[in-house]
Amino acid sequence: MVTERAPQTFRPDPRLVWRWLEDVPDPEVPVVSVVDLGIVRDVAWEGDALTVTVTPTYSGCPATAVIALEIENAIRDRGIDTVRTKTQVTPAWTTDWMTDAAREKLRAYGIAPPEAGASCAGMLRSGAPSSCPHCGSSRVEEVSRFGSTPCKATWRCADCLEPFDYFKSF
Amino acid sequence: MNADALAAELCLRMGDNALILGQRVSAWCGHAPVLEEDIALANVALDLIGQTKLWLARAADLRGAGEDADALAFRRDVRAFRNCLLVERPNGDFGATLMRQYLYDAFHLPMLQALKASTDDGVASIATKAEKEAAYHLDRSRDLVVRLGDGTQESHDRMQAALDDLWPFAGELTRADETDAALAAAGLAPALDDMAKTYAAETAATFREATLTAPVDAPVRAGGKGGLHSEDLGFLLAEMQFLQRAYPDATW
Repeated sequence: MVTERAPQTFRPDPRLVWRWLEDVPDPEVPVVSVVDLGIVRDVAWEGDALTVTVTPTYSGCPATAVIALEIENAIRDRGIDTVRTKTQVTPAWTTDWMTDAAREKLRAYGIAPPEAGASCAGMLRSGAPSSCPHCGSSRVEEVSRFGSTPCKATWRCADCLEPFDYFKSF
Repeated sequence: MNADALAAELCLRMGDNALILGQRVSAWCGHAPVLEEDIALANVALDLIGQTKLWLARAADLRGAGEDADALAFRRDVRAFRNCLLVERPNGDFGATLMRQYLYDAFHLPMLQALKASTDDGVASIATKAEKEAAYHLDRSRDLVVRLGDGTQESHDRMQAALDDLWPFAGELTRADETDAALAAAGLAPALDDMAKTYAAETAATFREATLTAPVDAPVRAGGKGGLHSEDLGFLLAEMQFLQRAYPDATW
């Protein structure tokens, strides 16, 4: 069935679009949304097009292209055809932009959230998790400075002995 | 050379260093001695390739010839590449790969920190983005050079051999050629003479801790920044560029 669409007359307020984007999951860590992560920087109408400005987490994060596609699809699904995503490099993304709600969602999912304010300060640039996301113990140790995605490191709990991902402070 | 062409040269130098080192390091994927290091190497390579996209896109903009980052990566021949010789050195063993990484990281981080003050806004913003990644790389490579240098006899010997082999190529990083001097004069990039002092102090401290000795009075092997490369780069490009050469504009 072919649906005929009139020229773009539906122009929702960007604040509504922000709410839609709260339902777009990060492809690698689906428990948090792209808004939770702090990578959506702006939503605005530019002429006839709805423009969403996105900043990459890590320069080479392979999820970047998928995220742009998912944002565009989510908006098209609501009836807006002329949507584009724009990449903005500065100011550089930091985990300080992650919402408190997102940190709790990560912990419940088994990923230790980044410790706020630790980004790029001092030698241990990735910070350190305050506790094990499984049992809450503070006796945790680093296994590897890297993990399954650029944003994570691999840690282990010395009490419950479970390994877990730490979302690096960046 | 006008201001845009000069800034484009800088972006090519930074971008080609990241591209060639990223391509080299990515060859370790699936071959590293332990799983954690395999993941680490792949992540470092990924960061570098990501940075490449930013640098080469900026270079393409400044050149204004209708190219994009992919065209610069896949359609230039060896003499047009502006990377230093160090990053095109073959991987060797794990120790040599780490030593090459450390020698580059120890230059990369302070260079990016200085480029944040570049008179080109595009350069400054890419440097700001890449700095945090480069800091993380340097933490890791410095730590491993120390641990393997001051490790077993075998690991020490391999790290010393890697340093003997690679040290002559490190000099090019901080030795200014005419383009570097013009970049510094235009405020686009820092004066490399200043960088050389920082680099010598940083590497000397690390090698002391790692119980390694850098060769004294080693000749400096340079030329890559000006497009004169070792034969190794040609083989690397033949592999990296094959698909886009054989099937131009292929997409999937």
